[in-house]
Amino acid sequence: MTGIYFDNNATTRVDPAVVEAMLPYFTEQFGNPSSMHSFGNKVGLAIKKARMQVQELLGAEHDSEIIFTSCGTESDSTAILSALKAQPERKEIITTTVEHPAILTLCAWLEKDGYKVHYLKVDGKGRLDLDEYKKLLGDQTAVVSVMWANNETGTFFPVVEMAELANAAGAMFHTDAVQAVGKVPLNLKDTKIDMLSVSGHKLHAPKGVGVLYLKRGVRFRPLLRGGHQERGRRAGTENTTSIVGLGKAAEMAMEAMAFENTEVARLRDKLEAGILAKVPRSFVTGNPDDRLPNTSNIAFEFIEGEAILLLLNKFGIAASSGSACTSGSLEPSHVMRAMGIPYTAAHGTVRFSLSRYSTEAEVDRVIAVVPEIIAQLRKLSPYWDGDGPAAEPEKAFAPTYA
Amino acid sequence: MWDYSDKVKEHFFQPRNAGVLEGANGVGDVGSISCGDALRLMLKVEPETDIILDAHFQTFGCGSAIASSSALTEMIKGKTLDEALKVSNQDIADYLDGLPPEKMHCSVMGREALQAAVANYRGEEWSDDHEEGALVCKCFAIDAVMIEDTIRANDLSSVQDVTNYTKAGGGCSSCHEGIEEILVKVMAERGESFKPGTPSKEEAKPAGMTNLQRIRKIEAVLESVRPQLKRDGGDIELLDVDGKTIYVSMTGACAGCQMEALTLQGIQQKLMEELKEFIKIVPTKAGALSRASCHV
Repeated sequence: MTGIYFDNNATTRVDPAVVEAMLPYFTEQFGNPSSMHSFGNKVGLAIKKARMQVQELLGAEHDSEIIFTSCGTESDSTAILSALKAQPERKEIITTTVEHPAILTLCAWLEKDGYKVHYLKVDGKGRLDLDEYKKLLGDQTAVVSVMWANNETGTFFPVVEMAELANAAGAMFHTDAVQAVGKVPLNLKDTKIDMLSVSGHKLHAPKGVGVLYLKRGVRFRPLLRGGHQERGRRAGTENTTSIVGLGKAAEMAMEAMAFENTEVARLRDKLEAGILAKVPRSFVTGNPDDRLPNTSNIAFEFIEGEAILLLLNKFGIAASSGSACTSGSLEPSHVMRAMGIPYTAAHGTVRFSLSRYSTEAEVDRVIAVVPEIIAQLRKLSPYWDGDGPAAEPEKAFAPTYA
Repeated sequence: MWDYSDKVKEHFFQPRNAGVLEGANGVGDVGSISCGDALRLMLKVEPETDIILDAHFQTFGCGSAIASSSALTEMIKGKTLDEALKVSNQDIADYLDGLPPEKMHCSVMGREALQAAVANYRGEEWSDDHEEGALVCKCFAIDAVMIEDTIRANDLSSVQDVTNYTKAGGGCSSCHEGIEEILVKVMAERGESFKPGTPSKEEAKPAGMTNLQRIRKIEAVLESVRPQLKRDGGDIELLDVDGKTIYVSMTGACAGCQMEALTLQGIQQKLMEELKEFIKIVPTKAGALSRASCHV
């Protein structure tokens, strides 16, 4: 592997041990787990094992609570559409302004069908107001969907507590936990969380496999209907190789849980402190006191994120940005806007997300390179003047149609 | 990651004429901080001759915004103001060997900064008529505001109409859902509801032209753009006319050029204006037509 990959919230490298576990299921063990013969039976057993490995990682009470899907987005759509279908008398959804598009785009579409969607606001550090939440919960609430950890800032939401409140109001609770699973110890059997989404490729399993955790007894209406796979809750022939891979990755994530929360967190903290110490007018977004151990989101004022990424890439460093340009949209990241980060900083946010494969040498290299890049771009910026921002930057440069 | 040309990358990594220009006597500040792209263009103009002696820029923006700014300063140095004002946004994009459709607005911004800086030098007020919406059609780089305005101005009520008037939706068709949403919204303003399957507006009849006159007219339009194409080492040939569809062959440097779609879009627009009817221009290889017809 060449280059420094600090974009693990986007996707992760499949662990070689995961690949090794998967390989026999392409060729020798190619059977359909639904078949009666031994070709199929052995594959069926491998899926059973994977299910138990995922059960262990999630702290689920029963292995039958694990439904394999094709991705996190499918799990999210299945969960929310099921909750609406199963409770047709309830017409409201509660979610947050900072969810992943997998939730927000679906909710926007459901609004056209007459559902009422409440979007919980966040404060400057990306935290929710639980009093606002309590007021919105009611007998019209079909489902609450709140992410466990934000993909851009890593900030946690108090989903365990929020699930208790939803449960008391008779509403279902779903959480998109794709960033948290594998980095946060989970014990779902002791929570009131009804549904939870997992994405394999965020925890060193391949792309194209996910999980929907569905608590036993929660009313469910499948998205895909057809064969009896996944006990009729997700029809379609199983992605056997990837399921086996996800099982192995779940097992490895259990083993690495402490490491992620100590060593990876230490490296992340070092990276962040190193950059902030050397780069003026930069700050951490989100809530640094309560977030994923691997994520640091830093706003560099008065410059634009895509330009930063292109220069980082030239140095072989991979990260991502909340700028409008990196998405081809006209607005910077909805997460940054929801936190009230000004445009001149929101466009210059860069997310560094580490993994257990990140090294001290890589962190040192990034700390050495970033200040140069930022200084180089600020030299081009109309908001910048010599060694610091222009006096009263908003007045120094106020372009037409801004 | 964006598919930037080597020229864009080069101008981004080694921008020309960046930073404050001492003694500038024409300055244009344009762009939108909410969109994340803004530019200050500084000109030093010789009053006696109106020649741009030097041009610098400062840009808050992405790779292609910085590259477009850099390209612009190179293109206008040494020109008189009137010559410089002839530089179009397409010229800036061409100079950079093309920009991705999502990034064409960077070249528009460059062109506007130039207008603003010249106006500033001449002591005039410059106001932009620029309004940009979310990109809807990626094939032809058409944004929501353009589609909305066109629907309003022409009372359009079908996706086909929108394609006929703006070209949006005429390519891969992935944006048809988005176009329908805009139709729903704009038609509601005039008290109508959008109905899928509504036939498109009756297309304007060819103004009493015979087939021969029509084809001659088409040839004349192609003749008028030919010098421009030849300048870039390319050419265009009329292959066939089948009702509203005009088949052409792009040859030389035009064949497979990144800007082919935009070039054809411009030619199509010219043809529509001349013929006063909706036509579609379809690029195809010489010889392909006779083969295709065997399968009809």
